[in-house]
Amino acid sequence: MAIIEVRQATKIFGPDPDSAIRLLDEGWSKERIYRERNHTVGVNNVSFTVEPGEIFVIMGLSGSGKSTLVRMLNRLIDPTRGTIAIHGRDIVKMNKESLLRVRREQISMVFQKFALFPHRTVAENVEYGLEVQGVAKAERRAKALEALRLVGLGDWANSLPSQLSGGMQQRVGLARALANDPDILLMDEAFSALDPLIRKEMQDELLELQVKMKKTIIFITHDLDEALRIGDRIALMKDGSVVQIGTPEEIMMNPANEYVERFVEDVDLSKVLTAASVMRRPETISLDRGPRVALQLMRESGISNLFVVDRGRKLIGVITADDASEAVRDGRSLEDIVIRDVPIVKPDLLLHQLFDICSTARLPVAVVDDNERIVGVIVRGAVLGALAGHPVQSESEMEEEVAVDVDVS
Amino acid sequence: MSMFPKLPLDEWIEDVVDGLVNNLEPVFNVVTVCIESVVHGIADLFHWIPALVLILLFTALAYYLGKWKFALFTVLGLLLIDNLGYWDHTVDTLALVLTSALISIVIGVPLGIWCAQSDKVRSVLTPILDFMQTMPAFVYLIPAVTFFGLGVVPGVIASVIFAVPPTIRLTNLGIRQVPEDLVEAADAFGSTRNQKLFKLQIPLAMPSIMAGINQTIMLSLSMVVIAAMIGAQGIGADVYGAVTQIKTGQGFEGGLAIVVLAIVLDRMTQNIVKRKRRGSNV
Repeated sequence: MAIIEVRQATKIFGPDPDSAIRLLDEGWSKERIYRERNHTVGVNNVSFTVEPGEIFVIMGLSGSGKSTLVRMLNRLIDPTRGTIAIHGRDIVKMNKESLLRVRREQISMVFQKFALFPHRTVAENVEYGLEVQGVAKAERRAKALEALRLVGLGDWANSLPSQLSGGMQQRVGLARALANDPDILLMDEAFSALDPLIRKEMQDELLELQVKMKKTIIFITHDLDEALRIGDRIALMKDGSVVQIGTPEEIMMNPANEYVERFVEDVDLSKVLTAASVMRRPETISLDRGPRVALQLMRESGISNLFVVDRGRKLIGVITADDASEAVRDGRSLEDIVIRDVPIVKPDLLLHQLFDICSTARLPVAVVDDNERIVGVIVRGAVLGALAGHPVQSESEMEEEVAVDVDVS
Repeated sequence: MSMFPKLPLDEWIEDVVDGLVNNLEPVFNVVTVCIESVVHGIADLFHWIPALVLILLFTALAYYLGKWKFALFTVLGLLLIDNLGYWDHTVDTLALVLTSALISIVIGVPLGIWCAQSDKVRSVLTPILDFMQTMPAFVYLIPAVTFFGLGVVPGVIASVIFAVPPTIRLTNLGIRQVPEDLVEAADAFGSTRNQKLFKLQIPLAMPSIMAGINQTIMLSLSMVVIAAMIGAQGIGADVYGAVTQIKTGQGFEGGLAIVVLAIVLDRMTQNIVKRKRRGSNV
């Protein structure tokens, strides 16, 4: 049976949410309700179920309603309409006492900015949930220390949160959530405030812990990479609505609409970047020069190949340094040593189609335009750099340098 | 002169005051007895302890709360007061100020908490506090005398009315300034309202609350001379007497005693917060 069952949950912020919800039923858009009635639709008619032991990721950009949605799961925010069943019991209809019990025993929360109590030690923070339940001091301290050991902070029990690094603080946040031994963990952008390396580490640790604990985890994030890494299933949110729910593979392979598609595209840079965005300025020589000039040019630029072009910068072929020095000895011309079988690609070729050509080519890959004129050269390092997210030369820089090159040759 | 006759506001107020005096006299009597016994209790205790011993006690407290410089100032300042012959009156004044501060805290902190928990309460209370602070303090003396007669009690009452607003305001502010995500965390782990208040909000609001209490003590000290006009004992009476008889020297001595007392009380209350913060950072 599903452990969490959300049915048509809607949240509207404003002085008169009930009237706004009727307008929503009449088909008014979120924008129109905001413009004409000054009410904000935070979450719009969202339904989903979560199975025990699942990591369910809710992902969306800021303002998509994901934080509001997760806060409705423990009623930090009351839904305007809809039902939210935890273990089959609708928490929306619960009275204060039952709700307190659910919060104390079944659902814990980890916060984006850690939300540790600055005046309490690490151990006192971790045992807070047990303290408000009235658990005896010795017992709750023992459980807190156990939870701290679980996240690798056993030695820090008596420190204050301010003495810990961000990553350690969030481990304390996680330990505080685990100390109650809840069934459900709500993690609201729990790793977003951490720097990327620590974030990866925390993701791995969470997955490791999850193997042992088998909690049900609702994980909020705006980072698709994070969602794909840790989610068993992902719900994509936009403007308060869920756009698609599925496993990471399903979402990658069959994006439900353009919005999801755009999201998914962003993941794989090799499917977005083109040859033009990673190519470098080509060193060229015209065919009527001698091999000595070619060698000199190569020495000057510190490269071992030159592209041979005609007067109109049309690509003829490539010469190597070895061949050129041989030609100098034997008294041959460039015409005799030019290799005409050069791997060429068009500027708009996507990177992932480029990998194969690059990996097998012994010669540099030339980028030529529709008129067979050379516009750039692909260097393997630049491809890897672009995938790693390093900036590449801009188009205008490229053109400038090409123009200079024309003057030289 | 005018198309409309003057509103008989003064008569209405007097009617209300008369009505209160006639109907609530037993209540006022109880309040008078309570306040008098607190003031006299404190004053008697301080009078009973020999001046030098008390000065040493204050110095020790100053050293415990602050640095040796503050302790040095305390011992020299208080010895000067004793030397000038104002020790007994200073102790009377101290009793009056401490009583006002005590009553202000007992009333102000809970009101401040209530204010922080309800926007409605805040919107009602804020203009009342503004009124209390801006109305010239002398005005409170008149009904205070009507209700409580002459002496120290109406002085205490007027001081409290004048001095309680900072405690209410800064308690409210301190609690409202507790970061939202911490309040959310407390809620998410199933705290009741009181658990949230005592385990999170009040501890974090403590510096702000103490700043309010500090302000309250300073304001009630500023009421000392005014309270003397209706018969409250203490250095205030000396200063007031000096004013009526144009004795500049005596007025200055009395004023100096008040300044010393003010500085000692101010630094002590400020250092309580600092000391706490230092303690929690170790």
